[in-house]
Amino acid sequence: MFKERKYHALRVDPEKCFGCIHCMKVCPTETIRVKDGLAVVNDLRCVDCGNCMRACPVDAFYIIQDDISRIQEFKYRVALFPSVNIGQFPEKISDDQIYGAIMKLGFTHVYEVEQPIQWLIETIYEHKQQNPDKQPLISSFCPAIVRLIQIKYPSLVDNIMNVKAPHDLAASFILEKLKQEGARPEEIGLFYIAPCSAKIAAVKDPVGEQESIISGVINMNELYNRVMTVIAGHPREEFEGYRDYLSREGILWPLTRGEARLFKRRSMAVDGIHNVVRILEKLETEELPDIDFLELRSCDQGCAGGILLSGNRFLTVERLERRARRYPRAAESPVRPELREKVKTSLISGEIAPSRVFQLDPDRAKALEKLAKVERIICQLPAIDCAACGAPNCHALAEDMVTGHAKMTDCIHLQHRYLKEGKMTIVRAFDNLEKIWGNGRFEADCKKRGARNEGF
Amino acid sequence: MVVEHTYHVKGGDFTHAGSASSKVKKLLKQLDIDPKKIKNIVIALYEAEVNIVAHAWEGEIWIAISPEKITMVLTDKGPGIPDIEQAMVEGFSTASKEVREMGFGAGMGLSNIRRNTDELKITSEVGTGTKVEMVNYF
Repeated sequence: MFKERKYHALRVDPEKCFGCIHCMKVCPTETIRVKDGLAVVNDLRCVDCGNCMRACPVDAFYIIQDDISRIQEFKYRVALFPSVNIGQFPEKISDDQIYGAIMKLGFTHVYEVEQPIQWLIETIYEHKQQNPDKQPLISSFCPAIVRLIQIKYPSLVDNIMNVKAPHDLAASFILEKLKQEGARPEEIGLFYIAPCSAKIAAVKDPVGEQESIISGVINMNELYNRVMTVIAGHPREEFEGYRDYLSREGILWPLTRGEARLFKRRSMAVDGIHNVVRILEKLETEELPDIDFLELRSCDQGCAGGILLSGNRFLTVERLERRARRYPRAAESPVRPELREKVKTSLISGEIAPSRVFQLDPDRAKALEKLAKVERIICQLPAIDCAACGAPNCHALAEDMVTGHAKMTDCIHLQHRYLKEGKMTIVRAFDNLEKIWGNGRFEADCKKRGARNEGF
Repeated sequence: MVVEHTYHVKGGDFTHAGSASSKVKKLLKQLDIDPKKIKNIVIALYEAEVNIVAHAWEGEIWIAISPEKITMVLTDKGPGIPDIEQAMVEGFSTASKEVREMGFGAGMGLSNIRRNTDELKITSEVGTGTKVEMVNYF
């Protein structure tokens, strides 16, 4: 029933990280600790939301991705491009210019992922109808939220819809389309240009399926820089034909209420992972009204706030909303009836398993003992939540102690008490702090990274 | 090994209604317990906690977690329940208009508690208070 994952897309660059508390404090799953002057991410608890990356004052977080040169392994090189990425570019750059620049980078096709969105809409409606007990139905669109529910709200995993996301829709559609046009499957390279870390993790280690059909993932931040270098003038070619299935609903899909608007009777859209946590807490105790559909997104303003996007999220929303008005409604866009059933079938995902990473011990009696121990330790800790021990707060430190990852003397305030009581030497206390924050950390250094709160 | 906790509940403090049950939820999630059973426990405890807030002057929640079960005892000083049988009927409510306007008091409380607990015992003395004892097995 339980499945633990180890993969995550966010990594710490030991050259850049100098050890501070910013990332630790914003992590919604308290997954980061500082050891030896470096942020350490617990793979099992990370949901790849990217809040740490956003908070880092020295850009020490990076996201693993595939090298763009990998596209050359294929004859057909498709850039699967979320429409929200279009909103990153300055307004004077046209859609066709962006398409043209991506082709210049070596792709043979550019395909915005939210098409043909009508098939995804139909699949979601059908899923809702077949599963009336899933009340509310929770969107599976944001992979950070799916992971969050798996680890923190296991009783709610059954409410998540077993329907895949737009990038799966586009991947499946373009694959079938190219195959129909005579391409052999091994010649087709599908590269997803990801707007965030969670989407990268979702492609690399999908929930509810064995392996994604997508060949590689490229970070939008990097692609943006490349596109901006090659972009020039008005392209000679027209790329309208590439957007035949793009619709108003598709363009708005990654924005807040993009999915919730499908459910006319009663739906709710929540963005920002800390807001989502509050709603999930309420849903767990059945404190929410009778809602048909819950759209939950980790980033404020939905994907417009994606961690790999450089544009201002509100400008992105504005550009996309204006762009959406120029496109037909999803139900009016052309269809390829011969591909419909095949693509729609591929949109159903498997079971989403809950995780048990927050349990103190697999043995309930032992876990209970540890729980009691946490309570006793908490009596000793000062409740300042300063994070100087390398854990995000006093409670987290207590939990680390009972699982054998920390000790009482990691708390600098307790150290002072022990010093006063003569239970500890000043040298031991100092050594302890250096173990957490790194050797030489407390020497005077005017060039110390982060000292001036760079990046804020 | 038994972990015990006591929480104080203030009557009329709707702003903080549910804080005890969410603390208990956090404790249970650290143990290997079926998520659905946790959900039942928390729903029952939340309902009982809101009952104190909505009807009583003040109350206390005592919980004890052992490897096999959780025992929850909610004792309040309040008006008491004159007819417990009637109070258990779905839709029956004595909540004031103000309480109903806040989204509470729909008369589903006690029946919802019964649905979500393995053992339930309610004793009450009119004018003195009510005691709700609930046991859920893991």
